[in-house]
Amino acid sequence: MAKLLEINHCRKQFGGTEVLTDLSLSVEEGQVLSIIGPSGSGKSTLLRCATLLETMDGGDLIYLGNYAARDENGRAVYAPRPELQKIRGMFGLVFQNFNLFPHYSVLKNVTEAPVLVQKRSAAEVREEAMALLDQMGLADRADAYPWQLSGGQQQRVSIARALAMNPKILFFDEPTSALDPELTGEILRVIRKLAEKKMTMVIVTHEMAFARDVSDYVVFMNGGVIVEEGDPRDVIDHPTHERTIQFLRRLQEQ
Amino acid sequence: MTIWTMMAKMSEGLGRTCAIFFLTLLFSLPLGLLVALLRMSKNRVVSGITKAYISVLRGTPLMLQLLAVTYGPFYLFGASVAREKLVPVVIAFSLNYAAYFAEIYRGGIESMSLGQYEAAEVLGYSRLQCFMRIILPQVIKRILPSVTNEIVTLVKDTSMAFTVAYQEMFTIGKQIANSQTSFLPFVIAGVFYFVFNAAVGWVMGRAEKRLSYYR
Repeated sequence: MAKLLEINHCRKQFGGTEVLTDLSLSVEEGQVLSIIGPSGSGKSTLLRCATLLETMDGGDLIYLGNYAARDENGRAVYAPRPELQKIRGMFGLVFQNFNLFPHYSVLKNVTEAPVLVQKRSAAEVREEAMALLDQMGLADRADAYPWQLSGGQQQRVSIARALAMNPKILFFDEPTSALDPELTGEILRVIRKLAEKKMTMVIVTHEMAFARDVSDYVVFMNGGVIVEEGDPRDVIDHPTHERTIQFLRRLQEQ
Repeated sequence: MTIWTMMAKMSEGLGRTCAIFFLTLLFSLPLGLLVALLRMSKNRVVSGITKAYISVLRGTPLMLQLLAVTYGPFYLFGASVAREKLVPVVIAFSLNYAAYFAEIYRGGIESMSLGQYEAAEVLGYSRLQCFMRIILPQVIKRILPSVTNEIVTLVKDTSMAFTVAYQEMFTIGKQIANSQTSFLPFVIAGVFYFVFNAAVGWVMGRAEKRLSYYR
């Protein structure tokens, strides 16, 4: 299977503190990868580096063989803007707090970028967006504004917005952390459906049961490095590393 | 002189009062946005110069700025004083109001959550597209009440043009008050400004209402 995303020897510091230390990771087409770990372990920073919201200090970042950043003597050298813009079209990101555009209707939130950025025909995009909203169970809310929706609905709109760009890979940054348990379920159902359709996804999450169910591969991060990784049933049910055992036990106690 | 003649004479200056008002808005609103963007520049020299600009124009009286722009060229270069004073008056007003508007814009822009920029960036919006489509519309909604405040002040500040003897409504009223030893022209002027501002309040209220479809 083709490697969709490859991160090699990623390093990132914030004001002298090493947040990611020599971290390598790859995602294959159709794979669902979950990243788990305690807060401050670098999960979100890793996701932000992968989505070009943060620049790595060192390492390679490669999408389908296209280098977004290339390590040269320990320093990450980024591709020129047009190349990065092309690479941005390959991935989508779903934020923890949705970040919908409040002044746009649900439909416009989903349709504007494909029309504006990808220069696709408005009619075609609209049709596709309506189909996506229908999948998300939001067809009747197309003309609503984000403030009129529940958190779960807003998150589903933001998933539709990301999918409308036809990304090759979709990142989720703790997609249910801003939602109460009842609404968490509806988002997890949507992600599960996407997994069934073989959508390539990288999910940062605290939902262990979900991560075990839905993902093909789990990465446990702590202190800016990958401590343990592999099949979810091994990592989550039979962790071997001291730190993983500790973390999972604490989660269970809650 | 009857109150009616006074009103008739003063209304001859109304066109000029309105000219100051509308032209100042026309120039200072975009100029203010430009100043705000330069003020937020990462380039220290650029932001430093703009900061100084804002601090001088807010820190000195508008009246002084009117005198400086109108008569400055004469004192500095011996240039003749413009006969049509509308040009220097509008320049002084626009420069002054741009400084205030700039800080209002800046407050609005800085109040936007980073998430809005990031969402647009990930979707591939260029920086300009992000600013024009995502950020600015929301900023306008947020700053509207503060902008209304400035506009209301501008209506009253047009009277300041009397310092350079520009024949707008208040300047004429002041001349009548002096020649007739009457306070009535000031009352008339007061009523006029009040009515003008009631209209401003109504228009801006409508604008706020139009933008109230989202939160």
